[in-house]
Formats: sequence, C-alpha cells, structure tokens
Amino acid sequence: MATPVVSASGPPATPAPAPVAAPASASASVPAPTPAPAAAAVPAAAPAASSDPAAAAATTAAPGQTPASAQAPAQTPAPALPGPALPGPFPGGRVVRLHPVILASIVDSYERRNEGAARVIGTLLGTVDKHSVEVTNCFSVPHNESEDEVAVDMEFAKNMYELHKKVSPNELILGWYATGHDITEHSVLIHEYYSREAPNPIHLTVDTSLQNGRMSIKAYVSTLMGVPGRTMGVMFTPLTVKYAYYDTERIGVDLIMKTCFSPNRVIGLSSDLQQVGGASARIQDALSTVLQYAEDVLSGKVSADNTVGRFLMSLVNQVPKIVPDDFETMLNSNINDLLMVTYLANLTQSQIALNEKLVNL
Amino acid sequence: MMLTLMKAQYFLWGGLPTPWKKGTSTHRRGGTSLGGKGSRIRLDTERVKFTRDSRVVMETSQERDPSWRVQYQMEMMRSLRHVNIDHLHVGWYQSTYYGSFVTRALLDSQFSYQHAIEESVVLIYDPIKTAQGSLSLKAYRLTPKLMEVCKEKDFSPEALKKANITFEYMFEEVPIVIKNSHLINVLMWELEKKSAVADKHELLSLASSNHLGKNLQLLMDRVDEMSQDIVKYNTYMRNTSKQQQQKHQYQQRRQQENMQRQSRGEPPLPEEDLSKLFKPPQPPARMDSLLIAGQINTYCQNIKEFTAQNLGKLFMAQALQEYNN
Repeated sequence: MATPVVSASGPPATPAPAPVAAPASASASVPAPTPAPAAAAVPAAAPAASSDPAAAAATTAAPGQTPASAQAPAQTPAPALPGPALPGPFPGGRVVRLHPVILASIVDSYERRNEGAARVIGTLLGTVDKHSVEVTNCFSVPHNESEDEVAVDMEFAKNMYELHKKVSPNELILGWYATGHDITEHSVLIHEYYSREAPNPIHLTVDTSLQNGRMSIKAYVSTLMGVPGRTMGVMFTPLTVKYAYYDTERIGVDLIMKTCFSPNRVIGLSSDLQQVGGASARIQDALSTVLQYAEDVLSGKVSADNTVGRFLMSLVNQVPKIVPDDFETMLNSNINDLLMVTYLANLTQSQIALNEKLVNL
Repeated sequence: MMLTLMKAQYFLWGGLPTPWKKGTSTHRRGGTSLGGKGSRIRLDTERVKFTRDSRVVMETSQERDPSWRVQYQMEMMRSLRHVNIDHLHVGWYQSTYYGSFVTRALLDSQFSYQHAIEESVVLIYDPIKTAQGSLSLKAYRLTPKLMEVCKEKDFSPEALKKANITFEYMFEEVPIVIKNSHLINVLMWELEKKSAVADKHELLSLASSNHLGKNLQLLMDRVDEMSQDIVKYNTYMRNTSKQQQQKHQYQQRRQQENMQRQSRGEPPLPEEDLSKLFKPPQPPARMDSLLIAGQINTYCQNIKEFTAQNLGKLFMAQALQEYNN
C-alpha cells in the first residue's frame, strides 16, 4: 500500500518563519533558556525519531523564539525516510486515548470552516481515568483569530456542552483541539480559557495542512516553566496518543477505510457472502505475506527470528486436529441445522404471503 | 434515490461517520432499552446526504418533559448552524436488536417525518449484527401507498384491501453509499498506520449459533402473535358471516309474516332497522397484522443471510481440515 511520501526537507524550514513572524506574545512567555527545548526533546524517544518531535517540542517550548538548537538534530535525519510522526511513549506523561470519531469530526469542522479562517478550534469531551484520558466526543467552537487578538465564543461552548451533557451525562470537558501544525501564542490564551473549565486541560493538534505530507496528531498538556518567583511561562509537553475503539467502532472504521481504495472515494455496503469473501481475502493476503517471509528465510535472504518462528508454529497448530469421522459428523450436523433453518425461514415467508392473499380475498 | 453518507462527523457512530456516533451511543448505554434515537441533518436533495447527527436519547425510563426533546433539537440545530454544519433536518435513526424494528411507533414517527419532509429516511442500525463483523446499516422510507393509508388514518380491512398493500410493500429500502472527502482519506491512511484496526476477525468466527438462536426465538414469538392475530381475524369473519345469515333469516321471517298479515288483512309490521338489531362485530385492526408480517419477513431475511454466511464459513473450515488430513 502506498503511503504518502514524506518530504524530509519540510520540517526544519517551517518552524523558523513562524516564530520570527509572530510578535512578542502578550501572555507570560518568558524567553526560555536553550536547555529547555533540549529538556523537552529528551523525553521524546530516540534521537533517530523523526524531525517532527524535535521541531514540535522546540516550537512549543518558546513560541517567540527561534528554535535554533532544535534545527540541528532536525536536519540530520533528513536524507533517510523519517520515522513515525508520533514519537514513542512519553514516560511519566498521561496517555490520551482517542476515538476516531474525534478525528473525523475535527477534519470535518476544518472542511467547513469560514472564509479566511486558518484553523478551527473546539472542545474535547470524554472521561478521565487514573492514568489515561479517554476522549470520546467533541464539538467545534466558532472563533476569530487575527494577528494580535483572538476571540472565542465561550457562550456557545458552554451551551453546546450543556446540550451534550443532557444526552450523555458522563462526559466532561477534557480540553480543546485545534487544527494546524503549530502551537501559536493564541493557543496559550485559549488554553488558559479552557483551564478554567477543566483541571489540567489537554490540547490536541491535528495537522490538516499536511506538513511533511502527513496528518500528524499530537496531544499536549501545559506545564509551568521558568524561574520560580518571577513570571512563569507556559510550556506544552507532549503526551502519548493512543487510539481506542469500541468493537463496533472498529468494524465501521474498517469499512470506511475502504473508500481509500476507490477512485471516487465511494463505497456501498456489501451483503452477506461478499463480506465473508472480503474477510477471507484479507486473511489470504496476510497468509501470503507470511509465506513470503518463510520462503525468504528458507532461501537465506532474511535471517530467521525465533519469536516469529514460534508464532508461525502456533499459527499452524491453530487448525485443530480432529478425527476425520468426527469432523464429518460435526460438519454435517451443522450444515443440516443451517439448511433446516433456511427451509423454515422460506416456509414462514411463503406462509405469510399466502395469508396476505387469503385475507385480501 | 441513493443515500450518501458523508464522512466525518458525528454519528452515533457520528457522521464519519454517522455510523460511528451511532455505535458509540448505543455502546455507552450498555445496550439496554431502546438504544439511541436521533435526528440527522443533511445537505442536499435527490441523493439525500447525511452529514451529521445529533443524538437525542429517548429513554422511556426517564420521566422528562417531552418538549425538552424538541427544545434540545432546536438548540442543537441552531448551534450547528453557527459552525457551518448542515442543519437541515433530514430524518432520524434508530438502533435495534436483531432487526426488530417494524413497530407501530416507528411507523408513526416515520410517517410524521415523511409527511413534513419529503425525502426523510429512517436509518436502522443493528449493533449486535455489527459486532458480528460487518456494519449493519439500512435506510428505509414508507412507500407512497402506505403514506396514503396513514394519512387517512383508516386501518380497517376494507381500506387496506383497497390500497392493496402487502407486507412486502410497506417499507422501501434505500441503498446506502459512503463517501469520504480527500482529507478524510488522508486521515484514514494515518489511522491505518497508527492503529491495528482490523486485527480481530469476528466475521469469520464460527461460534455464532447464539445469535441464530436468539433470532429464531424472536421469530417464533412473532409467529405466535401472528397466529393469534389470524385466529382473531377468523373469528371475526365467522361472526360476520353468521350475522349475515341471521339477518337474512330475520328478513325472510319478516317477509313471511308480512305476507301472512296481508292475507289476513292486518297492517304489516313496521320495518325495523336491521342494523340496530344486528350490530356488526368490530373488524380487527389490520395494521398490526401487517406490521407483524413485515417483521417476520425481516427476521426471515436476516436468518437467511446469516445461514448463507455460516454455510460458507463451514465449507472453508472443511477445506482446511481436508488439507490437514
């Protein structure tokens, strides 16, 4: 499957113009010392990770400052294909579990934005757990953003939240989302608004401008930083994002993903045997990949890995060994059951049709 | 008329699908009682496009002022208009278990919607069937003939016979198509990379006899109801015919007496109002039996679909075993 090709030269260039153009923010954003971006970058997995986390951490650390130090590590992995846009688990941070509905809603609100609006924002709703936060719902909030001011319709946000609470009382305001690949100083202001609504709100960014050719989805939490005793600044520390699904959700997402493969992005809902056919085709694909791997190992192209071998063995042993006669009887009785049920269903249908005819005589 | 579901958004499975929002809402309620009912808001005509829905929970257990639902809907639609979301009301959705949705309530609601808005549709979502492996979402509208009958509010057998409605002709199914925008496609690719979406293959599981059993149970209940209904109808028919006979006999006796009296020169007896003497029995409501028949039909179709799938799976299992031996 072709993945969107990432242009590696993208990330180092973009953070530079943005902070330079932005005027000194009104909020308390103390020019953080250079160790701060490095400190933020350290929890971000291995340095071999893509240029994204470094650039993002640097931008979030000091919106008004050129992340000069972050540029250097960002440029080294440029020639190679950058790793996953989402860095590995952040130790000590909370885990944010997103439902795909949220992302779809966000992208949809972005597509419906007003003329001239560069990004959309909205509230995230969900539940809080001890170690994780599960975001299950969201709605967009109208806002106006210009060079030096930002206006968010909080009245609207409150109203919507009340309405939502009526139908699902368990949801709390967890934070807010914004589209766009950067965290601007306006974000800090908006984040402040939201910290009045929820303790320690989460900020989610969905990059709809497709920087690096990917839609990166990141979550942040704000932490205070700066010299104690003086004005404190705000730093956005990244959080691990995981995806959670209800079972039925997963099946639906699976179906909707199929539109990726059709030319005009349209699919219909398939029916009975087609679905079984589709599912078995998928298993066939998976099996052929496994077979390919086995062939490669046998011919010596790939070195054998013991864990994979163990998995393969358990896979082959999954097919239960049943005495053929027993299996015959089981199979036959099952088939008989099914055939009988089909026959009964047909019989019932003809009965009611007959009844209709008789009644209407 | 085709139904195009636009991505994203809200759904119970919310618009992204709408299916999503729908899924999450019934899931949260733990699958009891009615499940979620909500209204959908659309964009376009002719091919009705659903883009978003707002969920209005109708739980019968809660004592609430019924007008709050209407209020909620109005408020929600107004708010959605602010954020440029299509706010034209297009229909409603309902979740059901095992496909038992052909009820009087649904008929009434759909009628009122369709009466107000020409193209309105009801989406039926079955979470249990979806959990079996494939999204079960169907869209229905009332046929024009049924609309006529509902408008008259006359459900007597004569009216229905005149309209010539059979149970198959009550609802028409509208094909559903899912359409995504490019940006959503990008999102889909991202999700595919980041999360293991389809790692469970429930569709291919052979252990679904429970589902079949439940379906059959419901079918049996309905068939029982149907037979009771038929018995009622039969007694009615018998009563009417008996009554006709009685009327006839009475008339004949009257005539005979009158002739006798005439021959004796006495004034004839007054003509009595036959209809007062012989009150015709109440004809049973035919609508219920139509609904039951429709429901039985749906169950049967579901069962057939299910057995077809299972047969396929059994043959696949057989092939695997043969290879083993």
